[in-house]
Amino acid sequence: MTTLTDTPEIVGRGNREGADLFREWFNDLDATAKSGGTAAYVFVMGSINEILKSFDLPVTFPEINSLQTAVRRVAHEYLEDAEDYGYSPDICGYVKADVGTQLRGGEHPMAQIPKPGLTVLTNACNTYIKWAEIWERMYGTPMFTIDIPGTRQEGLITLPGEHDFEGDRTYVETQLKELITLCEEVTGTKFDIDKFREVLGYANTMSASWERILELNAASPSLFNALTDGTIYLGVANGLRGTREGAEYFERLVEEMEYKAAKGIGQAIEEKYRLIFVGVPCYPIFRRFNELFTDWGGTFVNSTYLWFASGGTNRGFQYDLDNPLTSLAEGVLISVRDAMDSMFHQNRAIADMAENFDVDGVIYHPIKSCRTVSTGLADGRKHMTEQLGIPSLFIESDMMDRRVVSEAQMKNRIDAFFEGLAARERQSLASQKG
Amino acid sequence: MTLTTTPATTRVFTEWHDKSLDDALVECRDMVESAEFELVQRWRDQGGKVAGHFQVYFPEEIVHAAGMLPFKVRGAPVEPTDSDSHFGSYLCSILKTSLELALTNTVEMEMFVSHPICDAARNLAAIWGRNTDYPAQILYLPQNPNSAGSVDYLVHEYDRVRRLAEQVSGATITDDDLRASIVVFNENRRLLRELYDIKRETPWLIAAEDAYALVALAGMIPREEHNELLTALLPQIKERGLKKEDRIRVVFEGGFCEQPPFDLIRMLGRTCYVVDDDLLIGLRYITEDVPTEGTPLRQLAESYIDRSSYSPVQHDLRKPKEDMLKARIAGAKADAAILAAAKMCEPGLEEQVTYTHTLDDDEIAYFVSEFEENMSSFDQLELQLETFAENLLFA
Repeated sequence: MTTLTDTPEIVGRGNREGADLFREWFNDLDATAKSGGTAAYVFVMGSINEILKSFDLPVTFPEINSLQTAVRRVAHEYLEDAEDYGYSPDICGYVKADVGTQLRGGEHPMAQIPKPGLTVLTNACNTYIKWAEIWERMYGTPMFTIDIPGTRQEGLITLPGEHDFEGDRTYVETQLKELITLCEEVTGTKFDIDKFREVLGYANTMSASWERILELNAASPSLFNALTDGTIYLGVANGLRGTREGAEYFERLVEEMEYKAAKGIGQAIEEKYRLIFVGVPCYPIFRRFNELFTDWGGTFVNSTYLWFASGGTNRGFQYDLDNPLTSLAEGVLISVRDAMDSMFHQNRAIADMAENFDVDGVIYHPIKSCRTVSTGLADGRKHMTEQLGIPSLFIESDMMDRRVVSEAQMKNRIDAFFEGLAARERQSLASQKG
Repeated sequence: MTLTTTPATTRVFTEWHDKSLDDALVECRDMVESAEFELVQRWRDQGGKVAGHFQVYFPEEIVHAAGMLPFKVRGAPVEPTDSDSHFGSYLCSILKTSLELALTNTVEMEMFVSHPICDAARNLAAIWGRNTDYPAQILYLPQNPNSAGSVDYLVHEYDRVRRLAEQVSGATITDDDLRASIVVFNENRRLLRELYDIKRETPWLIAAEDAYALVALAGMIPREEHNELLTALLPQIKERGLKKEDRIRVVFEGGFCEQPPFDLIRMLGRTCYVVDDDLLIGLRYITEDVPTEGTPLRQLAESYIDRSSYSPVQHDLRKPKEDMLKARIAGAKADAAILAAAKMCEPGLEEQVTYTHTLDDDEIAYFVSEFEENMSSFDQLELQLETFAENLLFA
């Protein structure tokens, strides 16, 4: 249970502590690499940290490593290295930035990245598979795919106990057991069920907290920026999932958000328009991209990114510690499936957010690099407009490659979008008076 | 099967009947090149129902056992006029032209199934479903075929497809129905293997585009009818009096999903002998007969897991794709490989890097290219390919 500490210091604590934890995590990776150690390479949609942390395996998320090169404005150097190696300009920029990192022997702006000792991936993104094949070929790294069947048709979601759900769950559980065997082989350590329960307990705390934090941002004014602050929280949610530090961080973050909600403390700007973000952020100009909206009083109150890039942790799934492995299979299936749904059937997420977050607009940001997220957005927007009628903006750029990011063009379109929102507001006021 | 919509004797493609081999092949090419897919409409005109399935592999036997026509959705040489606005930029063409067929009712169907073969295509069923009024589903073929649970899972998944096909067709699919379909498809697989034997052993007897047309027809006519077509034409092809020419032997790699334009295949055939390829590999994915004893869905599942080909969209620890490609090149006694990829096709483009590095290491010649199904100018490409071929011939 959280207790409110009535001190202004609490405001912004999550960002400060999140940044510290994030840096410490990278410092640990740096130390691992420099001592000749390896790390488990994992991905945000189904890291299976719950098992890896039971074996005390250091984990690194190449997606996060890659986006950090963009945020730190050096991505182009890594992309060029990968393209010189043979990779097309038309494939995922995350993959290429990582290939660049590997070709440089792990050299990265945040740390020396350890080589992979094991790769664990899910099928939530097909590029995960192609990406892991690269390490498999470069290093001979064991590669384990946790195959997680997703929703077969929009609206047809199977539930625990149902025949089709149980078929999927059994398959996932079998694979998790096989992964445990592989981890035992790689680490030379026997699986410890009690330690596993402890890790699951930390993951439970984090999941419940993440769900609560997202829910609290329905407050008006909203408490945090889903685009910028949310990305800090995501870093911890992924990197420290299943750890005591991660669990404690999120408990304290809930405490901060509850404090802000109770005191009516919003974001740093006056909130005029409450927005949902659909897609992946524009990391090459991350801060400026956000300012293009905040300059107009636009704040991001939620995003599908906070759903899928947390691997579906937004659902707050709680593992049954009395039945840990079966429960992990169920939780991974439900959560990763949900992450996929928030990409492929994103209108359900948008409808949910629109209902609870008093939304003024939806910002669609498909990107060249990620077809998983981007392919269905134009069609999704058409149908969202028909079903919900929320004003929306569709801007394309990239999460990594500044060659396809046109700030001036984006600004024109964003300005026009807000001018449209303002005109709507005026018309609405006028009709109320009339 | 307790209810059929069209009998197994339904025939939709008769133009080749009573014609010489050359004229019959012209009819085959015309049907495959056409963007109208009128053979599918003929099936429908006879009361038949259609199950569309997107690239790469789909267990067609299941819908066939329900009396439906399995239709291979592989894009089309059309402009995506209606579908373009449903997609963003930076996407391959096949997604757009495939949806175009549905939005314009060029091909009407009762169900659509896709497999999440890539990041773009895995969105297709959702988009399809939002814009049509029939079931559009994903078949999750195992992406971890090395798991001990993969076969059981796939049996379960195939059973789900069976239930969907029953619901859509109104037929009950018994195990005996499935076995009967497996027999039909085994015969088809045997005939397709025979066609590829001709390509490998005596490529001068069949032009690349003719071989392609013969395969592609499998995706749009009843499989019994396709068996009749191949049974009639393959012996005639073998008896042709054509002479071997001085051309290099190549394997074409990169046609597992989006298909190169017909004219591109024709151009390849003018320059080289295409002795093996992965064009429409999904129609040839199972490499051996599916056993007819035992539980048919399990036999289909085991065949997919253990007796199948490869493509960039499936990871299998037992089948490193670069090794599989080298085996394909060696098996066809090819001089070189054409490593193609459809524009914006991530799996294809990513695999190209591995292939080129591997073939460099093994000193196997290759030619790298990108294509798009709607491209229409090949002069530059042909010139480059001729130069490549000459370099090998006169090295």
